Amino acid sequence: MAAEALAISSEGLTKRFRGQLAVDHIDLAVPRGAVYGFLGPNGSGKTTTIRMLLGLAYPTSGTAELLGVPVPDGAVSVLSRVGSLVEGPAFYPYLSGWDNLARYDAADRSASSKSAAARIGQALERVGLTAAAKKRYRNYSLGMKQRLAIAAGLLRPRELIILDEPTNGLDPQGTREVRALIRQIAAEGITVFVSSHLLAEVEQVCSHVGVMRVGKLVFQGSLPELRHTGAARITVATADVAAAAKVFGKLGLADPAQGEDTITAELGDAEPEVICAELVHAGVGVRGLSVESPSLEDLFVGLTGEGFDVDH
Amino acid sequence: MSTISRAEVPAAATDGREPAAHVRGNLRFFLNELRLVFFRRRNQLLLAVVVLFPLLIGIGLKLAAPHGGGGGGGGPASGGAAFFNQLAGNGVFLTFIALSLLLILVLPVVIAVISGDSVAGEAGYGTLRYLLTVPAGRTRLLAVKYLTIVVWAVTATVIVSAVALVVGVILFPVGPVTLLSGTTVSLGAGLVRVLLVTLYVCAAMAALGAIGLAVSTFTEHSIGAIAAVMILVVASEVVDQIPQFASVAPYLPTHWWNSFDSLLRTPVDTTTLWHGLLSFGVYAALFCAIAWARFTSGDVTS
Repeated sequence: MAAEALAISSEGLTKRFRGQLAVDHIDLAVPRGAVYGFLGPNGSGKTTTIRMLLGLAYPTSGTAELLGVPVPDGAVSVLSRVGSLVEGPAFYPYLSGWDNLARYDAADRSASSKSAAARIGQALERVGLTAAAKKRYRNYSLGMKQRLAIAAGLLRPRELIILDEPTNGLDPQGTREVRALIRQIAAEGITVFVSSHLLAEVEQVCSHVGVMRVGKLVFQGSLPELRHTGAARITVATADVAAAAKVFGKLGLADPAQGEDTITAELGDAEPEVICAELVHAGVGVRGLSVESPSLEDLFVGLTGEGFDVDH
Repeated sequence: MSTISRAEVPAAATDGREPAAHVRGNLRFFLNELRLVFFRRRNQLLLAVVVLFPLLIGIGLKLAAPHGGGGGGGGPASGGAAFFNQLAGNGVFLTFIALSLLLILVLPVVIAVISGDSVAGEAGYGTLRYLLTVPAGRTRLLAVKYLTIVVWAVTATVIVSAVALVVGVILFPVGPVTLLSGTTVSLGAGLVRVLLVTLYVCAAMAALGAIGLAVSTFTEHSIGAIAAVMILVVASEVVDQIPQFASVAPYLPTHWWNSFDSLLRTPVDTTTLWHGLLSFGVYAALFCAIAWARFTSGDVTS
């Protein structure tokens, strides 16, 4: 029952390369119908996880299920219902876009040859490559290559689409196109699992996120849940910082930090109104008072650390 | 109602028409692989080279042949030496000459390029990971790859034989075939020998293809795999020539390649032929097994 409700699930999924843990006991839970952003800096184990989910790499320990079917053992039976883009597009440079899709289509034992032309034509049309169908892949632009890879993922009716860094190397317009495609796919009820090292790129389309940091899944949940993890801070502008600090101390506000004429602390469960009243009561002249929640980007960086790779 | 059944359609469809659909699906993949190999410009150029060699050998031998027939001088020292003298008398012998000369380097290169590229090339392009997530199935993909290599090996060998036969018939006299043992058989029986020799060489090249396939599963650089196969062939041929290594010679992959001259004698030396075919069979089985073990157990990292 629980497995049926999940498009992807894993328990203690682990991958070790020559003694180094690339993926460290992660428990994924991707609900059906979700758009799941799989976030983390480069090298945090996202691609290795995806490779294990797709049966390309074998886990060192732990188990994983796609659409309720265990992988890698059941990979061949379940993968025809899963479209994927792993580590960038890969095609035969000397073949046209059409022939490249025909190649992957022919490799699918459950696809009938009679409807192949219709399938390929539709997939190309969906990503806007109909006009370039006869052009050699070698002459495609980066954005066209990326879109062709997505088309390959859409050749058959799918229940789950796994996209690994689909916007990598794309210009802002290409990124927007891919985002629109993800929305379109999700609108059809297909579960989308999309990895990225940039939160901003997936924030607008995701319903759920999982955050990876050096092989560990450090957060998993819906976007509102992620927002909740951020501690809101109260900032008070006043001439008498020392007196305000005393009041903060009396109220038990955590992590106070004093500036020249401001003081901030974690709001916690305290009511801003009460804090204001207490300050006034103690004779502290309040010039300004504000409560701020951290942005998702701040939360993300807080979870993953300020790695040199985080920004790009 | 249609939305409910949507998810079940693929599973139900494959279960319903299992055997026929299965065969058709595999055939479709195999034909696509053949297309990919035979329509690739590089590979077509290789086949063009294969056509060119027997043509040049025929013309060269015709120009060099002394008038009035009969073998001149000592002739080349290679394994093909025995056939050269017969050529002036019968064009059919150009087939045997061409095959034995091309077996030294040209045919092995042509087989090594396709077999060494088979898996490594896909890994190099990154298409391997997409084929496996389609999903093509690892064993199924390997089977399709090896069958295609065999078709390629047969095609290249048959081209050599056919072109040599045509050129031989045009440039040299044709008639009853005098075998190496001195007996003469009819032209028809001679052509049957040509066919058998060709099939024997096909088997030898198919076995080499299995070695190439196995090497190909260990790397993502097809050039490396192709070079490794060629080094193996040349090393085996060199060792085969050194008398001190005579005890290991029968176990070398190239040792039995030229043994097809047994078919040009009466009675046919079947013991040698069976030894050769056994060697090819063992090499093919062993290296297909290595390829399978490696390919189905390792992570695909391309």
